[in-house]
Amino acid sequence: MASGIAQLAQDLRARKTSATELAQAALARARARADLNAFITLDEAGALATAQRAEGRFANGALVGIPFAHKDIFCTNGVRTTCASRMLENFVPPYDAGVVEHLRDVHAVSIGKTNMDEFAMGSSNENSHFGAVKNPWDATRVPGGSSGGSAAAVAAGIVPFATGTDTGGSVRQPAAFCGITGLKPTYGRVSRWGMIAYASSLDCAGVLARSAEDCMYVLSAIAGHDPRDATSVARGLDNYNAALSTTLQGIKIGVAREYFGAGVESGVAAAVRYALAQYEKLGATLVDVSLPHAHLAIPAYYVIAPAEASSNLARYDGVRYGHRCADPQTLEDLYTRSRGEGFGAEVRRRILVGTYALSAGYYDAYYLRAQRARRVIANDFVEAFKQVDLIAGPTTPTTAFKLGEKTADPLAMYAADVNTVAVNLAGLPAISIPAGFSDGLPVGMQLIAPAFAEGPLLAAAHQFQSATDWHTRSPGA
Amino acid sequence: MSIDTATVARIARLARLPLDADAAPQIADELTRVLDLAGQLANAPLDGVVPMAHPQAQTLAWRADAVTEFDRADALLALAPDARSGLYAVPKVLG
Repeated sequence: MASGIAQLAQDLRARKTSATELAQAALARARARADLNAFITLDEAGALATAQRAEGRFANGALVGIPFAHKDIFCTNGVRTTCASRMLENFVPPYDAGVVEHLRDVHAVSIGKTNMDEFAMGSSNENSHFGAVKNPWDATRVPGGSSGGSAAAVAAGIVPFATGTDTGGSVRQPAAFCGITGLKPTYGRVSRWGMIAYASSLDCAGVLARSAEDCMYVLSAIAGHDPRDATSVARGLDNYNAALSTTLQGIKIGVAREYFGAGVESGVAAAVRYALAQYEKLGATLVDVSLPHAHLAIPAYYVIAPAEASSNLARYDGVRYGHRCADPQTLEDLYTRSRGEGFGAEVRRRILVGTYALSAGYYDAYYLRAQRARRVIANDFVEAFKQVDLIAGPTTPTTAFKLGEKTADPLAMYAADVNTVAVNLAGLPAISIPAGFSDGLPVGMQLIAPAFAEGPLLAAAHQFQSATDWHTRSPGA
Repeated sequence: MSIDTATVARIARLARLPLDADAAPQIADELTRVLDLAGQLANAPLDGVVPMAHPQAQTLAWRADAVTEFDRADALLALAPDARSGLYAVPKVLG
């Protein structure tokens, strides 16, 4: 599906196609690309019913009748929601997440639930109970994670957009690996209600699409205050559509020198430098900036996220929902065996790390210290944004790596998040946009903005995409 | 900091996760490496920095003291692996 949302909406209004036809075509493409393993559940009956309701309402908004997919972390009423875990293999939520409600309200048509790393813990989509997802650009490589199924589904042209979540880079990193655009909004801008929790102070719903313009349509639908999420921010919505036309004249982009540090492949750095030169041609000014505590982001993240995860995942006890072991002898046996059987290796590892970091005698040395690091990391951005409007760098140090390449070494896997986790620690909005290729694989460039500056962020990405065509490249095209 | 298998067993017990004795040395090694990564924070000049628990410096929102949840007991109990007589069923706790 090469057409963007605006073109599809125009075709629907002109009756060149129908919502039902678009849904059927998306479902057919999903089945034809079963090799990618991008979906955990296809919901044909639900999609066709939603499409039917959308017919004739196309004047109501850009997303009416547009097919898409939800990451399988968002609760969908009556549709199985697994979080890619054996623990929730048969979990059918009795309610919709806030993001799901919003997209249902505008009559967008969900065709199903995408594969992901179990409980969003991973950077390669290899930690899924339902098997790894393949990168559409090279089936021997990972699509990134944790929103790998969403990224692969968009990159392969199955759907024009998909929802995702980003706790440490889980929207931006797979977007970079799959050559698409991935938006992580400001923490609190989009409701977390009904989004299965991993690390609650970092988790953020996001969008994977072909372009910043398409991300704008989806953000406009899902953003807003939700009183059911205590961390949702009560703040008016900006007109993101109007903001897109802001040019790059006079915009200062900070080039973060730490994001080009050791471990960043030369081909990745070169592509991003070339894209930044394009930004200069379009009127932006490049300013060298430093984020001096950037090196603390990975250590701080891999304390805070597991600590919060160990607390959040305590709810999976085999009593109220989820997997229960066979023939439990005692309550303790029920808890322990149900959790051991239900959780995969990486989830168990992070629960153990988090439990240790929060345990008596170690709390100050690990969790509290990581929270202090979080403060200085966030302050780096505050200082940098006194000089510049946006901060740029490579989204990831490398292009998509091979399946299996990093599964034996958790630390090597964690290093894939080196340029993305600080944004979550600080709660800022950021976007990854296609910025060229290295050895035939897509390279992503990350733009970071101050809190709630999604409008200027999307505008800067859109202006670049209006003058370049990296975002229109498709695998095999 | 090196994590030994006894510590792994203690943490696994706290986390209510089973521990296969054969796998304990490998898990101890993995946890040691992850915690060594976190140990990089020990040398950073962070003393006196106010810890940051959350990205938004906002106070918790107040809401009216009104019922927002309605009776969905049947729908919620239907999710349970075992429920009887309107209650979650678990193995006998008291002998």
